Amino acid sequence: MNIIVCVKHVPDATADRKFESDNTVDREGVDGLLSELDEYAVEQALQLREKRDGEDITITALTVGPAKAVDAVRKALQMGADKGVHVSDDAIAGSDYVGTSLVLAKAVEKLGAESKVDLVVFGMASTDGSGGVVPAMVAERLGLPQVTLASVVETQGDQVRIKRDGDTATEVVGATLPIVLSVTDQSGEARYPSFKGIMAAKKKPLETLTLADIGVESSEVGAAAAWTAVEDTTARPPRTAGEIVTDEDGSGAEALAGFLASKKFI
Amino acid sequence: MSEVLVLVDHVDGAVRKPTNELLAIAKKLGSPSAVFIGSADAASGVVETVKKYGAEKVYVVDDAEVRGYLVAPKAEVLAQLVEKTSPAAVLLVSGSEGKEVAARLAIKTSSGIITDAVDVAEDGTATQSVFAGNYTLTGKVTHGTPIITVKPNSATPEDAAGAGEVEQFSPTISDAAKGAQVVASQPRQSTGRPELTEAAIVVSGGRGTGGDFAPVEKLADALGAAVGASRAAVDSGWIPHTFQVGQTGKTVSPQLYVANGISGAIQHRAGMQTSKTIVAVNKDEEAPIFELVDFGVVGDLHSVLPALADAVEARKN
Ligand SMILES: Cc1cc2nc3c(=O)[nH]c(=O)nc-3n(C[C@H](O)[C@H](O)[C@H](O)COP(=O)(O)OP(=O)(O)OC[C@H]3O[C@@H](n4cnc5c(N)ncnc54)[C@H](O)[C@@H]3O)c2cc1C
Ligand SMILES: Nc1ncnc2c1ncn2[C@@H]1O[C@H](COP(=O)(O)O)[C@@H](O)[C@H]1O
Repeated sequence: MNIIVCVKHVPDATADRKFESDNTVDREGVDGLLSELDEYAVEQALQLREKRDGEDITITALTVGPAKAVDAVRKALQMGADKGVHVSDDAIAGSDYVGTSLVLAKAVEKLGAESKVDLVVFGMASTDGSGGVVPAMVAERLGLPQVTLASVVETQGDQVRIKRDGDTATEVVGATLPIVLSVTDQSGEARYPSFKGIMAAKKKPLETLTLADIGVESSEVGAAAAWTAVEDTTARPPRTAGEIVTDEDGSGAEALAGFLASKKFI
Repeated sequence: MSEVLVLVDHVDGAVRKPTNELLAIAKKLGSPSAVFIGSADAASGVVETVKKYGAEKVYVVDDAEVRGYLVAPKAEVLAQLVEKTSPAAVLLVSGSEGKEVAARLAIKTSSGIITDAVDVAEDGTATQSVFAGNYTLTGKVTHGTPIITVKPNSATPEDAAGAGEVEQFSPTISDAAKGAQVVASQPRQSTGRPELTEAAIVVSGGRGTGGDFAPVEKLADALGAAVGASRAAVDSGWIPHTFQVGQTGKTVSPQLYVANGISGAIQHRAGMQTSKTIVAVNKDEEAPIFELVDFGVVGDLHSVLPALADAVEARKN
């Protein structure tokens, strides 16, 4: 079985994330890392392999992004993925969801031409863009069933069953492989790379592909081909410091009630 | 005037409030056309509601071939309606399903997509709040039909009736769209409190509750508020995930957000930073949540909240 996990390299959410003057995300000034939400995707792929002991299962970590993005693939390899693929091309810079999903879908197709892909796993959303739309787009492009936002994943043979906590209901969704799967942070803690894992990762195959390698024209991606344009980015003005009181014998509740009443919430 | 398609967000024909907000936005962009995908029995009630909030037209689509499958069939319905009506825009509610339907629709119709808008102007310029609310971004779809998902509480529904002209629409659903089958569905139990994403006031509890949500609930009920939670409270098993506020939970933007025993991690902020007024009760005066508040109480929530609830009740009478 052939599993591809799509992992994104993102600016650290706990750092001071900024936009450049051209309204693109500052990817230089802030340290990057494997999007935490994609660790859950890697974890589910690894667990699936562990549960299906004895089967020949290959897990490939795939990323699209600038040179530094390869770190996201490295981390996935350290966690236990077998192979890495990094699609990197100057023309990709500035792509929107539509462009990114095209590159991912074409890369999956290219890998599928070598040996059939059974499962493409995604995180629920990237921690920078947090659109949560790329998995659905890739499913649409590949014409595969979309089984997304899973908090529990079970497979048996070519059958997949997931639990999905939707906006208004909790659903059990079933599908037959091959599929596109995305998993939430409720699906189970992601493992830390072990020392052994870190050493082993250094010897794992890691391939870099260009747009030409996957059959995408430069004109189909990047800022010029984006179907959305960012016009302006503004840092939110800092909130004006509020009033802080210390509770003493119930004074806090009274003061807060007074504040709420002054704002007409009571 | 061009139509603007609004996908009706509903549970078994009960229209959810964000739909009415989308109709108000749609009116700025063109002529609002609601798209109801649901059971035929529920249609007349839905038509009444969306008409009341400004729908000039209502496309009624029987969901017999949509209901049992995840996301893809709805995108096909909308793609066919886009083909038929060449709308000025398609608006959907920015929930997990709305975003995924929008994503597929964008690919199907070769259109640009903007997610999580908090406002859309007359000319289609959408405003988004990004990086946990630290940046405001404006942008536009430049290709195809603008497909925009809008967060709940981003507009005020307008009580101005539209013509509400009903048109039955029969889509063709492909077999390919039926690959992911919903084999069981458990509707969310109503808590009797307002819906988290729609509520005017949200009262949340975190790890600081120590697992006892009673004071949080008591205050919520005194204020007529929804209850929310941090991921730490959810991960501890104290409250279901559906109550989680934050990056991987719900995004809320109420008039008032009350954070209790919540430190204010960036991922929690991502879900509440755009609240109009923020209040916190936390026993650690160094807690980062105090950087955000309009009013904060340094104290133990187990004594402050019950007293506050009583004070609220007392002032009501
Ligand atoms: C990828 C990712 C996604 C995440 N998504 C989310 C998300 O969607 N939502 C979310 O909330 N978090 C999310 N988190 C987790 C987040 O980083 C924090 O760990 C979490 O928000 C902490 O919850 P907390 O504030 O309740 O707990 P803590 O950070 O432990 O804070 C507890 C607070 O309670 C106070 N306290 C303790 N006892 C009392 C008392 N008796 N009275 C008053 N105050 C008291 C303490 O002083 C402290 O400030 C995510 C993390 C990651 C990595
Ligand atoms: N550049 C990328 N490279 C690899 N995977 C990506 C990329 N962008 C998005 N993804 C995947 O798509 C998911 C959803 O991303 P998004 O729609 O941007 O929130 C992520 O969790 C990743 O699994």
